[in-house]
Amino acid sequence: MPTYEPILLKNMLQPGYTGSLAEYERTGGYQAIRKVLGKVSPADVTAVVMKSGLRGRGGAGFPTGVKWGFLPKDYQGPRYLCCNADESEPGTFKDRQLIERDPHQLLEGMLLACYAIGAASSYIYIRGEFVLGAKILEQAIKDARAAGYVGKNIFGTNTTIDIWVHRGAGAYICGEETALLESLEGKRGLPRVKPPFPATHGLYNKPTVVNNVETLANLPHILTRGAEWFASIGSPPKSTGTRVFCVSGHVARPGNYEVPMGITFRELIYEQAGGMRSDKKLKAFIPGGASAPFLTPDHLDVKLDFESVALAGSMLGSGGVTVMEEGTDMVWAALRLMEFFYHESCGKCSPCREGSSWLVQIMRRIVNKRGQMADLETLTDLCKNIAGRTVCAFGDAEVSPILSTLKHWRHEYVALIHAAEAANLIRPEPVGTKH
Amino acid sequence: MLQETHKAEIDDILSRYPVKRSALLPLLYLAQREQGYVTEAAMQEIAGILRLTPPQVYETATFYTMLNLKPVGKFHLQVCKSLMCALVGSDTVIGWIGAKLGIKPGETTPDKLFTLSVVECLAACGTGPMMQVNDDYYERLTEEKLDRILAELRQTGTSSLKTGPFMWPEPAAAKAGA
Repeated sequence: MPTYEPILLKNMLQPGYTGSLAEYERTGGYQAIRKVLGKVSPADVTAVVMKSGLRGRGGAGFPTGVKWGFLPKDYQGPRYLCCNADESEPGTFKDRQLIERDPHQLLEGMLLACYAIGAASSYIYIRGEFVLGAKILEQAIKDARAAGYVGKNIFGTNTTIDIWVHRGAGAYICGEETALLESLEGKRGLPRVKPPFPATHGLYNKPTVVNNVETLANLPHILTRGAEWFASIGSPPKSTGTRVFCVSGHVARPGNYEVPMGITFRELIYEQAGGMRSDKKLKAFIPGGASAPFLTPDHLDVKLDFESVALAGSMLGSGGVTVMEEGTDMVWAALRLMEFFYHESCGKCSPCREGSSWLVQIMRRIVNKRGQMADLETLTDLCKNIAGRTVCAFGDAEVSPILSTLKHWRHEYVALIHAAEAANLIRPEPVGTKH
Repeated sequence: MLQETHKAEIDDILSRYPVKRSALLPLLYLAQREQGYVTEAAMQEIAGILRLTPPQVYETATFYTMLNLKPVGKFHLQVCKSLMCALVGSDTVIGWIGAKLGIKPGETTPDKLFTLSVVECLAACGTGPMMQVNDDYYERLTEEKLDRILAELRQTGTSSLKTGPFMWPEPAAAKAGA
């Protein structure tokens, strides 16, 4: 099995590494910020990040340096950085590990980002369930503050950067960047209509950058080892660097594996994650979290980079790879994900709010062998009227499990409906909309 | 009254934000920590502290699933049922808990010790089936583990089987003497 040099997980893979400030410093931690602060101009830091090709690790894959570049140059008031640690895409559990095992790596990344965009205040919006993660971060910030890395006049350069932890309270939608900002402002987490974008009107209507944990954690390494080094890893020019892929489901060794982008799903699943957990063959996999359309064994040789997965009809998303073995009921699987989206729809846009409840009702009917052939058309029609008609990308995400399973495993839907017809059971189910 | 009992903490929270309303979620958490759930009186008081109307507090509080507006048991068992956990047996775990405690999802045991909730993804998909009990995660659940967790919770109020700081696959152990 080929081995790859870990970057983000390098420290925590050392035996006994606890992630304390002293240990982080011993492994070369906080050298990047020392090297940069007051010595390299913020514009040059942005240029390095742009040149490295780093793209957002949260799901959308937007180039990080370009995102920073959208901030108005001449704006005099405060600017903000928000770290998106609201990891809640089903199938994804990398940020939790990055936070709990090496919190200072994230903090140093935040300091670099704050310096580059000229932010004096930053918030880590962490999902409410990560109580331990929030405690670890708070302790790490306290230690970093005592050591002079966070706070006023860092290294005597007159630069002020403060970091606070803000806990969410259990809402998937708050991982959407504008919903995150609303939530951070103490409101319901409803996504905002864009434009204007957060780069100009973000937190408290001020220029704001929202970056994912893994994106920020890459920054110290890019600034230390250079843009060329980073751009040479992975699948250049468009998918550079490594990614921490989260493998879950029916594999022998589920978990987080950091590999360069561009290796194949076959290698990730069969070599890194040890293959299937039993002799049952692979039937389906989700390549990038619950929002990504399902793929089949025919797609195992697709490369794990943004473009290749998009070309295969899905998306690399948050890097959560979920594997399903032969015998998994695909209609049931799609219903499970649909129930998730129904529960998490924020209720702002009618197509998503109403549509998700209808989709769940129809899917439950089919799974309970009460469906009819016309239901399949209704499903497709509903999905087409949700995707692209909502304020945020949630609408596109919620239809992907149904549309992709209908595409690849339509016969399973048909079999369930035939069973219903054979038993003459077609009659309206009591409407079940309970979450 | 929170303002009398937790003045320093409230001041500290308020100092982090340039706009007061941002302190709403942290203050609701504080209220929930003290009473086990968010009472109407607490919401009224928080509205006063942040210069908001009570409906503004209520509209926010009702949006977030982690804020309990009704009392819950001393131990809030929250089992993840999203697809990734369901693939590795979360429905079985819910069944075990139901059989052992005699409660269905959404119910509390008569002694007010345990409340069972079925929740969506808690970001521990590689180590499912899993559940969260109050602040702690319990992962890779088996029936044997579940029995131990419930017994320890009853006896000591916590359990040694809680997990984290999280890393999976598990890191290599430190060499003895290193």
